[in-house]
Amino acid sequence: MAKSPAAATSKKGAAKKAPRSKSAKPNVDVDQLKQDYRMMLLIRRFEEKAGQLYGMGLIGGFCHLYIGQEAVVTGVQGSATGDDGVITSYRDHGHMLACGLDPKGVMAELTGREGGLSKGKGGSMHMFSKEKNFYGGHGIVGAQVPLGAGMAFAYKYRGQDRVSLTYIGDGAMNQGQVYESFNMAALWKLPVVFIVENNQYAMGTSAERHSASGLSLCNRGASYGIPGVEVDGMDVMAVREAAADAIAHCRAGKGPIILEMMTYRYRGHSMSDPAKYRSKDEVNEMRSQRDPIESVRKVLLEGGYATEEDLKAVDKEIKAIVAEAADFSQKSPEPDPSELYTDVLVDA
Amino acid sequence: MTAAAQTATYREALREALADAMRADGDVIVMGEEVGLYGGAYGVTKDLIGEFGAARVLDTPISEAGIVGVAVGAAMTGLRPVAEIMYVDFAGLVMDQLGNQAAKIRYMFGGQTGVPMVLRTQGGTGRSAAAQHSQSLESWFAHVPGLRVVMPATVNDAYHLLRQALTKPDPVVFIEHKALYVSKGTLDKDKPDAPWGAPVLRRAGGDAVIVAYSRMVHEALAAAETLAERGVEAAVWDLRCLNPMDLDPILESVRACGRAAVVTESCLTGGFAAELSAQISEHCFDRLEEPVIRIAGEDVPIPVAPDLEAASIPTPGLIADAMAWLVSREAPAWA
Repeated sequence: MAKSPAAATSKKGAAKKAPRSKSAKPNVDVDQLKQDYRMMLLIRRFEEKAGQLYGMGLIGGFCHLYIGQEAVVTGVQGSATGDDGVITSYRDHGHMLACGLDPKGVMAELTGREGGLSKGKGGSMHMFSKEKNFYGGHGIVGAQVPLGAGMAFAYKYRGQDRVSLTYIGDGAMNQGQVYESFNMAALWKLPVVFIVENNQYAMGTSAERHSASGLSLCNRGASYGIPGVEVDGMDVMAVREAAADAIAHCRAGKGPIILEMMTYRYRGHSMSDPAKYRSKDEVNEMRSQRDPIESVRKVLLEGGYATEEDLKAVDKEIKAIVAEAADFSQKSPEPDPSELYTDVLVDA
Repeated sequence: MTAAAQTATYREALREALADAMRADGDVIVMGEEVGLYGGAYGVTKDLIGEFGAARVLDTPISEAGIVGVAVGAAMTGLRPVAEIMYVDFAGLVMDQLGNQAAKIRYMFGGQTGVPMVLRTQGGTGRSAAAQHSQSLESWFAHVPGLRVVMPATVNDAYHLLRQALTKPDPVVFIEHKALYVSKGTLDKDKPDAPWGAPVLRRAGGDAVIVAYSRMVHEALAAAETLAERGVEAAVWDLRCLNPMDLDPILESVRACGRAAVVTESCLTGGFAAELSAQISEHCFDRLEEPVIRIAGEDVPIPVAPDLEAASIPTPGLIADAMAWLVSREAPAWA
């Protein structure tokens, strides 16, 4: 299998900071950890429900689940402010929930309903929220990266203290546009954190089979002078800390930075992927030994920060939110036929 | 014409439009290869960097996909970037950002945001620039819902269409013609030739209708002069805005005389002339005396030798001959 995220806690390349790992953490911020636990659980249960609805034929088209990668977006967004912009690819449900978008609107978009965040016109891959500074939701691999640089350009042009959080999959790291963006971001010292979610597979092609540099994608910015940091993307505390440092780097006017989050997706690339390119053992090993939610649960329980009862209450609350979203996504009407021609172009 | 009218070149009019838009709106920025210090490959952005500074007149690396992508991202936050792509032939490099991102963002996000950017580029023959720097690719853009496509033919349109493009909430592909940059005409900043979207009748005539845009408007007007000497009065319509387009005034004109030709510099097969011809045919079928004819570029890569290059696109002589045939022939083409 691809390099285990478990071993991925050392800095690489132009990174200047000390290695991070859970053991290096001085203290556990319990409130923060509980928040992260709740968010990761929301994402997981939401995605499980989306998978079910897909199986029932209620969600059509594409549906790329985020299960296994929850710590990445939870940790990064946990370190960002609401003013920072977020843009990502098509595996975006978790990002939207972490940015605070309404689960009902997200699920109803998955089912293509009027009450969906894109009124049933975008679907699983395409949602947006001006209020939450979430810029989508993009389906062309790597194409969101120049857009993320452009958002950072606008923030800098206007003198705003905002950072662009631009998420990239490991597969996208072989698209030319990404490197055009790295160059411009470094040249103009744009406040952008490039978060590479290395889930080890570009669709069905493992990182070893798709990347000449092997497994250190965080080094890909080195020739532009962009520092890169490899982070254990299964450890939400490590992600939080790395993201906080990276965002501070941008706010200090030092230009872009790359965070490579070593993570893993449990499910197939999309719902139609039987994932025959990897062994069940590989997936099971990850699930049983490296699960980002289980590990936080353990910390909370073993540290005496929460009781089983406390966590059961969180479970119950999340279940209700997801059930409500699923219910809404089926009750919301299908878009009116008159919507076909709205929002193609509008007049000034 | 108002008191503000002056003589200017097409290039100067474009530059004035950019400068006036930047003076009026701090969100307007210009970005592209050589737009700053160099002043633009064709001189359109000359000296803008002096007035507006390097932060607003941004020299970029040679990264067309990245330039347009950065412009799209900046536009999503509310800036109004004018991204210059030096030659329309580089469209292959930018089509993903333009066709998949810029054009789709409003619709696929349920109308919550738009991409208020202008992509300025230039195309066409006339400078022996050969196969990779002389094409007319407007039909590529016009085929994508979510993009506005405009092609100014005159000095006044160069100014006003660009100013108007910079008020649009959605992406505008603004295609200039390299052979028109030095053309002179009247620039009246207070008086656009017509509202955005509307075609303009450049010459009246009751025997036949010629529809053209960009440089071919001038070739059609020259042809109409020749035709007048032969006793044929041809109306010349300048389409200006290809998508969305307002064909109604043109259709009315075609219905009145029953004969129409469409002239494009872009090559014949699968081109925009086919779209115009089809629409005119569908809407005027009962009134047509003859089939609508397409007078278009040859289906060849543009050659470099001046004689071959000139032979690859419609000339006033060719247009005039085709129109003379269209109005004089009694039997239909297929008989």
